[in-house]
Amino acid sequence: MSALIEISDLVVRRGKRSVVEIKALTVEKGEILAVIGPNGAGKSSLLLAMARLLQPDKGELWWDGVSLKEISSLTYRRRIGLVLQEPLLLDLPVFGNVALGLRFRGTPAAEVNEKVARWLKRLGIEALRERPGSQLSGGEAQRVSLARAFVLNPELLLLDEPFSALDSPTRLRLLEDLKAILAETGTTTILITHDLKEASRLASRVAVMLDGQIVQIGPPQQVFANPVNSAAADFLGMQN
Amino acid sequence: MLSFIQSLMNDPEVWDVTLLSLKVSGIATLISVLIGLPFGTFLALSKFSGRSVVLTIVNTGMALPPVVVGLAVAMTLWRSGPLGDFNLIYTPAAIVIAQTIIAAPVVTGLTAAALQQLDTRLQLQLLGLGASIPQMILSLWWQARLPLLAALMAGFGSVISEVGASMMVGGNIQGQTRVLTTAIVLETNRGEFERAMLLGALLLMITLLINYALTKIQQGGARQR
Repeated sequence: MSALIEISDLVVRRGKRSVVEIKALTVEKGEILAVIGPNGAGKSSLLLAMARLLQPDKGELWWDGVSLKEISSLTYRRRIGLVLQEPLLLDLPVFGNVALGLRFRGTPAAEVNEKVARWLKRLGIEALRERPGSQLSGGEAQRVSLARAFVLNPELLLLDEPFSALDSPTRLRLLEDLKAILAETGTTTILITHDLKEASRLASRVAVMLDGQIVQIGPPQQVFANPVNSAAADFLGMQN
Repeated sequence: MLSFIQSLMNDPEVWDVTLLSLKVSGIATLISVLIGLPFGTFLALSKFSGRSVVLTIVNTGMALPPVVVGLAVAMTLWRSGPLGDFNLIYTPAAIVIAQTIIAAPVVTGLTAAALQQLDTRLQLQLLGLGASIPQMILSLWWQARLPLLAALMAGFGSVISEVGASMMVGGNIQGQTRVLTTAIVLETNRGEFERAMLLGALLLMITLLINYALTKIQQGGARQR
């Protein structure tokens, strides 16, 4: 495997406080990395910086060996997929919401129809095709949000606690579907979560983030069994 | 009474005045939207020092008294004023300028308020889906289209019904700058109350019809939600 995205000396500040301070982080192509940590650890800020939606105060990001400074923000954002905690659907039918990113890219209508239909079916929401986004349940809306990201065939998928607002049975079903889709597509994925079960089910590696820093990284079972310090142990223990 | 209404409806001056009212207020509203929609969007989405001061000025502008606007525009367009050489005073163009100054802050302020009500993360989500900045803004306008239509209605309402500025910069010249509101004032001053009331009813009816059409569009959008 080779690195898809690399981070070096990344610093993101909110006011005078550093919310992200990462010396180095590499995400390999095809890898699913879960970034876990308590609320306020800086996970979402890290994700937004990786999506180029938050300007870091310091540091550099590399995409497939090329500095992101050499790639325009729009070009980069069109290589990634982003799913946030809230689905944030527009006042459009499900089809229109899923087609949104393709239309932003000027994809021909026939291709939009074919791709959207495929992903609506893959996520089990083809019956909702004409339903307005506002009339969906939380689980249905999050499926639309996932379809909206996958239809773009992203090289990097960024997931920011996509299941945290869902009830437990809905979350489990969606998690299993997502796991199967990621296994099929091999999409490089970064999952932000504070749920260790989600992380261990989906990810090949987990990174523990505390106070803006990644304190430990490795395969889930290894990290969960051997916390690197007492703060990590507290977080992991609290969750188990 | 009926024969009086018929004679009023058959009076070509009434139609001239009505059409001129619709024309100047329509153009002023259109220009206000062209100014207010982008400027209100900029105020809602951007962060810069002094932003709250600008928003306060815009919000204050929403309550600008038309006579004060009329006075300022009249002084500017007066023959000896800074823009006197353009000979715009007592022309429909002068009324359009004054009405634009009245409506633009209304459209700007309500546009900013409409967009600020949206979830701020929606911008991030749209950009994360690969939207360019113009595509993101169009999507936000779509999402806020109902309050944006309300901004349009409020802008039009603020100018179709104003009299002070139109009187001061238009001069209420028959066949040239007389609009419905200034005609009502004139008929009232003449003691022609019946004619003034009927013109008033005509003005109300026009406002009602335009707002009804816009409200139908707005509520049609609301039902889709």
